[in-house]
Parts: sequence; structure tokens; C-alpha cells
Amino acid sequence: MTTPPRRRLVPAYLATHGRTAAAGTRPLDRLSVLHAAADLPAGLGGEHRQLWELVRPGALTLAEAAAHLRLPVSATVFIAADLAERGALSVRAPIPSAQPVNRDLAERLLSGLRALK
Amino acid sequence: MDFAPSSSNAALLGDGPAGAPAYLPPTDPILMKLMVTGPFGVGKTTFVRTLSEIPTLHTEETMTAAGAPVDDVSRTPGKTATTVAVDFGRLTLADGDFVLYLFGTPGQRRFLPLWEDLARGALGALVLVDTRRLADAFDAMDLIEEAGLPYTVAVNRFPDTPPIALDAVRAALDLDPATPLVELDARVREGCVDALIALTQHVLDRLPQESAP
Ligand SMILES: Nc1nc2c(ncn2[C@@H]2O[C@H](COP(=O)(O)OP(=O)(O)O)[C@@H](O)[C@H]2O)c(=O)[nH]1
Ligand SMILES: [Mg+2]
Repeated sequence: MTTPPRRRLVPAYLATHGRTAAAGTRPLDRLSVLHAAADLPAGLGGEHRQLWELVRPGALTLAEAAAHLRLPVSATVFIAADLAERGALSVRAPIPSAQPVNRDLAERLLSGLRALK
Repeated sequence: MDFAPSSSNAALLGDGPAGAPAYLPPTDPILMKLMVTGPFGVGKTTFVRTLSEIPTLHTEETMTAAGAPVDDVSRTPGKTATTVAVDFGRLTLADGDFVLYLFGTPGQRRFLPLWEDLARGALGALVLVDTRRLADAFDAMDLIEEAGLPYTVAVNRFPDTPPIALDAVRAALDLDPATPLVELDARVREGCVDALIALTQHVLDRLPQESAP
């Protein structure tokens, strides 16, 4: 297995702004997949509730959730991290197995694109 | 050429009411990201809209005058902030095995810190160029090279674009011989798909061969 060039595992905004995801949860990225996992914990309202309700019927990426809620991506990262810490939100990485992009994935992507024609 | 999403995609995505979120297919897809960049007015938003299976989404990303991405402008009152618009769209492939995200972002050099943040994890970038003002694309090419992404250049043809040979464009942009150069109309799906194929092939060519296990 090879590592791709210059691919950081921790998004810079997490590294630089000190918001670390709780143990067992993944760092949040624009393409992190968010899905409501449990009931909304008591006492959380406002934007927390809006995000949680948005991803209750199905999964969306963090960037899509931010766009639907008209919130900055950075604010959505904070809200999602809060919800994930409390177990109300499941978060998965863009590539489920957490493997880096490799030739096999790129080849499958290429054939997927060719099939559009 | 079919302009609608394939029937399998439509089934996976459902037909929600307009404005309702288009949820990801329940197939645990692998998500990948490609950047679409270039100067203002070159057709980035149009390109993303042409290919996206969902109504394109829009975020405004904020950067302080110092250039750093900020968490929340409201926390740094008084600081001048630049807003960078990001348009993004999505394309489900291979019966839901993959979802490809297209991030359309302006390619001005002063957006570098934010651009690198946006591009993190991207497979590659497509640079759209207008042959009437080729030099405007240099900023975007610099940004991509600094971010270390493989890229492909696409000439977006406008009705009043004077004819110019791709070889002349390649020379004017001083492209590496290995960098693909294609031509498209950002409003027409087929050429846009071809541009993504050329870019993905280029990404693949640059990935190291896997060593035997
Ligand atoms: N004729 C023609 N017009 C285009 C094409 N691509 C974009 N446009 C138009 O050019 C203008 C700028 O395009 P836009 O996608 O907003 O550019 P952006 O600033 O790079 O996002 C819009 O009015 C588009 O309708 C193209 O391929 N052909
Ligand atoms: Mg635009």
C-alpha cells in the first residue's frame, strides 16, 4: 500500500483551531458523512436541532448540510462535533475503509465516469 | 447522450420535492472530490451545474484579511474578511459505489490558504480557461501546483471565441507535456464528462503502482 502525496489526515482547521473530535469519533471534513444516530439529547436546540433534523431522514456530507442550513462550514463543524460527542450523530470518513486513494479506486472511478457516456 | 441521471441513480436518490435535501444513496458510497477552478466568469458554476445530479449547492467561505481561514467572522469583529463563494455539485457513479463531488472555486492567488483547505483530500483539479484571456488562468494553475494536485486544463469555448489551436494554448500556458488539455462547452454534458475522464486518467497515471503484497 502506498501513501498519496500531500494528503493530510487531520483537516487544517481542526489542527489550527484546537477543536479535536472526541475519542472514537473521526475528524470532521467537508466530505464527512453525517447521519442522525440517536435521539437529540435534551437541552440541545437551535442550530444543533436543525442539523440533527436535517440528517435524520438520510445522510449528507458536512458541506451539503452547511449549504442547506445556510451556515458557515466552520460553524457546522463545531455543531456536528458537539452532536457526535453526545452520540446523536454518526460520522463516517469519505472513504469508509479510511484507505488513501490508490490505483484501484481511481480505476473504478474512471470506469464509473466512462459508463456515463 | 442522456442528460438526466441514469435510472439506477434516480432510483437510489429518490424524487424529493424541490429544495428538499437529496440524501446520499444508502450504499455507503466512497466519496471523492475534484476541484473546478479558473478565473471569474470562465464557466465554473456552469460546468458544475451541467454535471451535478442535484441542484448545485453554495457556501460562502470566509477568510481574514491576513489570509487565514476563520472559524466564525462574528468572533473576530473589526477584521476585514474576504468571502469566497464555493459552488458544489454531486455525481453518483457505478450504481452507488462512488459519489463524486465537484467543488467550483475561484482561482485567485490571494485565496491560497482557503483554497488549500478546500482542496485538501481532492484527487485533482480541472482548470477552465478562456482563450481570449489565457493569462488569467495562471493564478489558478499556481494555486493547484502549490496544493500539489494533478490537473487538466479545459478550454471553455464561447460563441465569440476566435479559433485557436490547442497546441497554441498549450504553448501559451507553458503546460507540461503530460498535462491533458481538452476543449468543451460548459453547458454541454458530454464534453464535461470527457474532461473529468481526462483528469481522472491523469490522476491514475500519476499514482504509484502498488507493490505486490
Ligand atoms: N456561450 C457560452 N457561455 C457560457 C459557457 N460557460 C459559461 N457561460 C456563460 O458565461 C457566464 C459566466 O459563467 P459562470 O459559470 O457563472 O462562470 P464562473 O464565474 O466561472 O462560475 C454565464 O453567463 C454563463 O451562462 C459556455 O461554454 N458557452
Ligand atoms: Mg461562479
